[in-house]
Amino acid sequence: MEDIIVSVLFRTLVAGTPLLLATVGEVICERSGILNLGVEGVMAVGAVVAFMVTYNTGHPWVGVLAALIVGMIFSLIHSFASVTLQANQVVSGLALTMLGLGLSGMLGKPYVGKPLSIKMQNWEFPFLSDIPFVGEILFKQSPFFYLAVFLAFGAWFLLERTRLGIQIRSTGENPRATETQGINVSMVRHLCVIIGGGFSALAGAHLSISYSKSWIEGMTAGRGWIAIALTIFALWNPGRAIWASFLFGFIFVLQYLLQPLGISPNFLAILPYAATLIILLIISLKDHRKLNAPAMLAEPYKRGER
Amino acid sequence: MKIRITDRDHITGLRSLAANIMSLAAGLLAISLIFLLNKVNPIFAISEIFSGSFGSMYGFKETITKAIPLILIGSGLTLAFRAKFWNIGAEGQLLMGAVFSSWIGLNIGPHLPSYLIVPLMFLAGFIGGALWGIIPAILKIRYSINEVICTLMLNYICAEFLTMLIVGPWKGKTRFGFPGTDNLPESAILGLIPGSRIHYATLILALVSAVILTILIYKTRFGYEARVVGENPDAGKYAGIDFLKTSMILMAISGGLAGFAGVGEMAGIHKYLGYPASLSSGYGFTAIIVAWLAKLNPLYAIFSGIFFAGILVGGDAIQISLGLPAATVEIVNGTLLVFLIMGDYFLKHKVTIQFSKQTQGAS
Repeated sequence: MEDIIVSVLFRTLVAGTPLLLATVGEVICERSGILNLGVEGVMAVGAVVAFMVTYNTGHPWVGVLAALIVGMIFSLIHSFASVTLQANQVVSGLALTMLGLGLSGMLGKPYVGKPLSIKMQNWEFPFLSDIPFVGEILFKQSPFFYLAVFLAFGAWFLLERTRLGIQIRSTGENPRATETQGINVSMVRHLCVIIGGGFSALAGAHLSISYSKSWIEGMTAGRGWIAIALTIFALWNPGRAIWASFLFGFIFVLQYLLQPLGISPNFLAILPYAATLIILLIISLKDHRKLNAPAMLAEPYKRGER
Repeated sequence: MKIRITDRDHITGLRSLAANIMSLAAGLLAISLIFLLNKVNPIFAISEIFSGSFGSMYGFKETITKAIPLILIGSGLTLAFRAKFWNIGAEGQLLMGAVFSSWIGLNIGPHLPSYLIVPLMFLAGFIGGALWGIIPAILKIRYSINEVICTLMLNYICAEFLTMLIVGPWKGKTRFGFPGTDNLPESAILGLIPGSRIHYATLILALVSAVILTILIYKTRFGYEARVVGENPDAGKYAGIDFLKTSMILMAISGGLAGFAGVGEMAGIHKYLGYPASLSSGYGFTAIIVAWLAKLNPLYAIFSGIFFAGILVGGDAIQISLGLPAATVEIVNGTLLVFLIMGDYFLKHKVTIQFSKQTQGAS
């Protein structure tokens, strides 16, 4: 029984890792006032780039770096359209997702059915991993897990405790007033979209070189969209994103846990998507003023306009 | 050199068309780059796409076949998008339409003549799609749940639900264990224009829907209210517009039209209820671009629907002739959408580049 609990909790953290990375990225982006619906697409691009580079170089970390860089560059499309051209952010984000899924399908095609010889190895902390129960769950995880948790805390510190964080948040709340303080609103927003894209790409990299070691088309399976929902669930707070993501990680694991009971696997596959809706419903029953949504989310900002 | 940007006061139809054509041209240029990276001659590939879809009678018939669902869904989306209701769930609404109509077709079809069963199936398909569209309308207005996420989640849920049906209780006896229902009875299969796969009943329905929607949007009180909800919600509230009712009706229409498309695909092309991915084949997403290219005018959606159907058909053609992956079409569509959005900027703003006198004198 204990073995099962350990394995379930272990896999919960594994499944929650990409969600956490993508959610934290989206939190940073939305806090600056830009809604980025391109997460799914950037994630897919990150997954394929990380896989291709790891496959060809044999170094998973080089793959991670490549995914990060490409993900950030790819996100420039959204930041250019939504910040510079003040385009509709919903449509621009959707375009990014379509393009990202397409590009990943094209780039990844030669790699279908070719697993990696070296995937990202899990880290095993000496002594710590020997602690019964806790050690087995927490200290034998993929480097992505530690990276995700570290970055989540880092993002929380950045947003809540630093000057730059205040600038990012006020950009999302009241860009006009922020601009009068001498802050370049457009620059802050560009930066946040690009950083958010980097996070999404890391999430994708986790899927293709750590979570599994082969690339298949559509392997992101809606996780990017779930991350956008988790951003709301986390009330735009990277700290809350941690447990929100791992709660969803558990729902992903629950599918496999319930399968032996003879429930249709397709019915179980509905679980994460239905849970997303249910959680948004619960959130909406709360007082809206406490939701903490950035006031100017998805509102294009035009300099000098009254 | 100085770049001056000023707002345009009014946007003429001609300028709108020019902006669209320029955007598409710029988009094709970017796509050429992607072809080049794949070591494919871009001029050859792009001409191959359009000759594959519009260059031959066979290609043109296929283009019209694929334009049917795009026109239906795309014109429905123009209504929803005008009210700033971002319905990304047409895939799911199409599938729900297919589920509802296949039940009618399989269970009642054998006992009724074609002229009764086909309208019944379209009715069922509309209801299925409309129901799946009304859910996010209620969730958005009553519970302020973001409709993009909601409609997307409903896509996934519907696809899994449909798969559950066709591998489980609805699995046909004639499928030898493969997923899918039995074939529809003869009376429930939609008639085709001879020598093509064009199911004409759905084609007529698509064209009529686009016309009716145009009248609805521009000439009725409901259309006016839907536009106010999108463009100026505060004014809408003061004017006493019932947001819930308006959103539910417009999503019932948008979803219902996607449901029609589902009936057409299921009963006109496949003739049974099969895998969701092959039934919807991304029409729900492509239709978003169709609506955008049509500048949210349902009548124009007929033309942009045919244009994007052409890209789908031509894309299939170059996949075979040039050995490009299936995702090529997605890239072409995504790139064109990116450039269409960017083109809107130049439609709304006047960008002039001024050379100062000094630089002119120097050169």
